[in-house]
Amino acid sequence: MAELTGKYLVGVYDDDDTVLHAVPRLRKAGVKIKEVYSPFPIHGLDEALGHPRTRIGIAAFMFGVTGCCVALTLMIWTMGIDWPMIIGGKDHISLPNYIPITFELTVLFTAFGMVITFFISNGLSPAAHNHKRFDVRSTDNKFVMAIDMGRNSLSEEEISRALRDSGAEEVNIKQF
Amino acid sequence: MHVTSPVREPLVQGGKTYADVTEDICRHVEGAPTKEWKIAFGISLLVLAYGSVCLAWTWWEGLGVWGLNKTVGWAWDITNFVWWVGIGHAGTLISAILLLFRQKWRTSINRAAEAMTIFAVICAASFILMHMGRPWMAYWALPLPNVFGSLWVNFNSPLVWDVFAISTYFSVSLVFWYIGLIPDLATIRDRATSKVSKFMYGTFAMGWDGSAKTWARYEYISLILAGLSTPLVLSVHTIVSMDFATSVIPGWHTTIFPPYFVAGAIFSGFAMVQNLMLITRVVYRLEDYITLEHIETMNKVITLTGSVVGVAYITEFFIAWYSGVEYEYYAFFNRMTGPYWWAYWAMMTCNVISPQLFWSRKLRRSITFTFFISVVVNIGMWFERFVIIVTSLHRDYVPSSWSMFSPTRYDIGDYIFSFGLFFTLFLLFSKYLPVVNMAEVKAVIRSTSANLPKKIGGVAKVRHQGVAEPSYNKDKE
Repeated sequence: MAELTGKYLVGVYDDDDTVLHAVPRLRKAGVKIKEVYSPFPIHGLDEALGHPRTRIGIAAFMFGVTGCCVALTLMIWTMGIDWPMIIGGKDHISLPNYIPITFELTVLFTAFGMVITFFISNGLSPAAHNHKRFDVRSTDNKFVMAIDMGRNSLSEEEISRALRDSGAEEVNIKQF
Repeated sequence: MHVTSPVREPLVQGGKTYADVTEDICRHVEGAPTKEWKIAFGISLLVLAYGSVCLAWTWWEGLGVWGLNKTVGWAWDITNFVWWVGIGHAGTLISAILLLFRQKWRTSINRAAEAMTIFAVICAASFILMHMGRPWMAYWALPLPNVFGSLWVNFNSPLVWDVFAISTYFSVSLVFWYIGLIPDLATIRDRATSKVSKFMYGTFAMGWDGSAKTWARYEYISLILAGLSTPLVLSVHTIVSMDFATSVIPGWHTTIFPPYFVAGAIFSGFAMVQNLMLITRVVYRLEDYITLEHIETMNKVITLTGSVVGVAYITEFFIAWYSGVEYEYYAFFNRMTGPYWWAYWAMMTCNVISPQLFWSRKLRRSITFTFFISVVVNIGMWFERFVIIVTSLHRDYVPSSWSMFSPTRYDIGDYIFSFGLFFTLFLLFSKYLPVVNMAEVKAVIRSTSANLPKKIGGVAKVRHQGVAEPSYNKDKE
């Protein structure tokens, strides 16, 4: 996010359906869209933009497996190997009693690992509070489409016209 | 998809646009604290101060200041703990289980309910620390090798499970709540005029820009967090109930406890959400967002869980008789007719009878009546825990050690402390953070807004046929 440089065309839409239908139309017309910013999630927008499906679920699963292993290792080692004691006439290693803590640690590791992965993969951090933005109204009521002029072969007028045709109410130029 | 049955009332009323939502919800965050807020906050701080003095004396002097005796070793401390943890179940239930069930009405209340959850769990945790007597030894509950050898905590004990369950529940709920807050913090950051609030909200918004890629990942992790939180929220009160159920005290040693406790937790949690939301919606003028429909739906959940709790009480009683165990039988007979009969019948009246009144549509859509019943339910649920804990303990196996419990001013003062803490935290939250999830509400107003044509399918077609011009929303602007 912080590495934004160059010249951008910024299309501002006032409706989530309009912007969702604009994306395939513009892409068909040969416009390369950098990203769309919206105040709430629009289902299907990431697919329309051609973003690959997120792999954060795989990361979450790995963190979950880690948590599960940590919990079982901790309990089996402390109760069964390091200091075995007979409690309630049960085996030293009595797995049914370990289920609650194994479950809790699996959830804990998954949740924290996944959320930290989410922060890193989106560049979210407390230090990122003054990064560059295309249009601050995208967290209020506008849907903002950014087009990187450095990566498009079409001319400014052509893209601008295509944006307006697709329903954009404003087309602005943003230079970083 | 953008279609809703015309028989349903819209979730958000008043024909709100996206900008209206931002404006309505940000208003109380951006404005100066009102006089009512200052008065309420002042009272909460006074209550907290009084409670803190009582708590300080409890810790200075020791648990002897409580009304405990050799027969009743657990009383108000654990009653309050279980009561607060129970209340702390509604928020995550609303945001996680209702997300999985695609219940869109949750969007207006989930933020405040989750905040309530977090503060209630903090209050519950404070009673765990209190009942330890020496709270500076609290780390002994963690699996650390102790200095007298390499003895470890006992992982077979439900009390240790509880440490893991409560701390996991608290931290995962906090994370879930914070993730939901980030987009709204970004909205406030982008509207902020003063440097201080721009910096503060900007820091906590962590540079959120709402790009399609971020939203896609956000939705994905919200779904996984909901999937994780659903069994988590059920596990917490299950494990709390095992603190009792795995012991051999008559009245505690029952397999019905986990589901019975979970239902009771949801029951009391929803009642507390009702109490807080009924006040919040009036104070912050959120009647268009938290509508009668929301109140009615929550009342239905209260009736359902109240009925589950009622069935559990009766089952418990039946099994005590049917088991043929005289100690078990006596424990329940003593609850009903013993010296604490009034606590038992207060519990039965408040929890079993009062929610049944919500079968009347008129009553469950009455705000005053809902508020009244919510208070009654919370009183009833406090008595439920009191009945389970004190009434089961005070007459044990040996009649010579039978005794009664009566609270001292420190039992009461420490309970008051938790109220002061809870309301102080909730008031701070309601002033400095948006009490309604703006991003989620914006996402549902289109499918439910009163502006939509009242024609089934008319709207859905627009998207399915890929028509680029959605004309139905244009006249709104």
